[in-house]
Amino acid sequence: MNAEDQSAEMAVQVTDLTVAYHERPVLWDVDLDVPAGNLLAIMGPNGAGKTTLVKAILGLVPPAAGRVLIHGKPYAKQRSLVGYVPQRGSVDWDFPTTVRDVVLMGRYGALGWVRRPGRREHEQADAALEKVGMADFAVRQISQLSGGQQQRVFLARALVQDARVYFMDEPFQGVDARTERAIVDLLKDLRAQGRTVIVVHHDLQTVTDYFDWVTLLNVRRIASGPVADTFTSENLRLAFGGRVEFLHRKTPVEPSAPGTDGPVSFPGRIQP
Amino acid sequence: MSAPQLEILAIAVVTAAGCALVGVFLMLRGLAMLSDAISHAILPGIVIAFFIVGDLSSPWLVVAAALTGVLTVAMVESLHRTRRLKEDAAMGLVFPALFSLGIVLITRYAGNVHLDVDAVLLGELAFAPFDRFVVGGHDLGPRHLWLMGGITALNLTAVTVFFKELKVATFDPGLAASLGLAPGLIHYGLMTLVSVTAVGAFDAVGLVLVVSLMIGPPAAAYLLTDRLNRLLLLAVGLGAVSAALGYGLAVVLDGSIAGGMAVGTGLVFITVFLLAPDRGLLAVVRRRRRQRWRFAQTMVAIHLAQHEGRPEEDEESRLDHLHGKHVGWTPEFTSRVVDQAEGAGLVTRRGDRLWLTDAGRTEAAAALRG
Repeated sequence: MNAEDQSAEMAVQVTDLTVAYHERPVLWDVDLDVPAGNLLAIMGPNGAGKTTLVKAILGLVPPAAGRVLIHGKPYAKQRSLVGYVPQRGSVDWDFPTTVRDVVLMGRYGALGWVRRPGRREHEQADAALEKVGMADFAVRQISQLSGGQQQRVFLARALVQDARVYFMDEPFQGVDARTERAIVDLLKDLRAQGRTVIVVHHDLQTVTDYFDWVTLLNVRRIASGPVADTFTSENLRLAFGGRVEFLHRKTPVEPSAPGTDGPVSFPGRIQP
Repeated sequence: MSAPQLEILAIAVVTAAGCALVGVFLMLRGLAMLSDAISHAILPGIVIAFFIVGDLSSPWLVVAAALTGVLTVAMVESLHRTRRLKEDAAMGLVFPALFSLGIVLITRYAGNVHLDVDAVLLGELAFAPFDRFVVGGHDLGPRHLWLMGGITALNLTAVTVFFKELKVATFDPGLAASLGLAPGLIHYGLMTLVSVTAVGAFDAVGLVLVVSLMIGPPAAAYLLTDRLNRLLLLAVGLGAVSAALGYGLAVVLDGSIAGGMAVGTGLVFITVFLLAPDRGLLAVVRRRRRQRWRFAQTMVAIHLAQHEGRPEEDEESRLDHLHGKHVGWTPEFTSRVVDQAEGAGLVTRRGDRLWLTDAGRTEAAAALRG
């Protein structure tokens, strides 16, 4: 695929997506277009509907309205193109199984019903564990893992899915700096292979370093687009309710300001 | 052992095995008490089916129970979905409602027939050998053994064929759904099996005690392994042992078989709970105690290492310093720890003065590095 096709192709198109829990709208009429081959951060305050947006795109929560296309076709037809990394805390890490077994689950979709993983799948799982630096842990019981190791295992599982579009829910939550670095490198690898990665993200300070697209969400979509155009103090104020205080006033904020070529560094802080 | 006794034993063992297979997944899903709810709630289904076919070992009872079980789960979930009730409260409302309906039906219409409240609640395996499965004049054994054997075979087939799907739907339902492996369907499938198993099992242990066979052996097996396939095998094995032990108890004490089997399950669980090699209570206590002594020895090494080569070394390295105001150990504890540390080659002792060995220095450095 050459670069032009990529830029022309939309990995994810969400139109008028509305999700309500008992008449209370959690997402209101969200539109979202993500061009293929980008790293996108979904950001917003607590309760903004970030996780719900991902779950609704994946059909895990029923939308009240709206349409989702993955690479031009409805999600149900494109399942095999999509990889999902839920929040680490959403599963029971005391479950009686091994690290390799969890990674193998990433192949279950391709295997379909009833068929069991065989040698090929085991090799894929071990290769993915190697990639995330967890090769030595393959036969460990998963309850023996630290938080960062758990996240690496989840990532290895996503890698064996060999998807074109990945959705990751807070992969950096509670991991140490080294693991965070390793995860970012992996995400950038995926992007280099032309894949699209959509990440629910919290840390305002790392957005410009890690991502090239950003969606700001607060029940409605506040803004979405390339980081340089979208990650502005104005939009952040709209998304976070005017409580973002910037630590360094001299930090370039507006993309239109002179001398702000390249990634904008943006050390910001949200005040409670 | 007489032939009828052997037959009863066989039914008990097969029942326990079938219960353990579905019980493992209930336990892992945090739904242990749902087995209790379902086993009670299927009663009206059983009673109504019994009125129609007039036979307690009929496969139709199994079908009716399965439908009632699924209905129970659906009712609990739809009550819960109104967000006016928590799930456990919904369960606590639905199952007594259905169960009491069953009880009323029995006492009103079937009190004098083959179905009575005691038999349903507490099981009555003692008469199972009298009800024969006869085909073309050949006696093929007790009908109940065939019924329960069929249910256990069904569970075994389902768990084997859908092992991968059950595993991922239990561990990570979100992923399962995103992969198209329909965790909702798996959930209802599992609940159907639980209902079917409960109706087969109630003859053996009674509705009240089905939960003991479904949860006891899996809970015990969980303490013995951390692999799902071994967990299933062990749960089945421990279930069979519990059933045999329980039947033995019932025979020796001339008591209720259902009660005996539940007690047997409890005894097996307690034994495993105490003696399991790695996660048993005794192993944990022993490990903790060993760690305490080991920790104390390391502390001595660190203490000596900290002061080594300093002016205060002689003063700090005296034995009485450890149980004095500095470390605060009792003299008895100190002398035991120092003996152990000397035995482990961490320190040497000359009179009242301790010296760190090379091994002790390494140990202290390693401990401080974490």
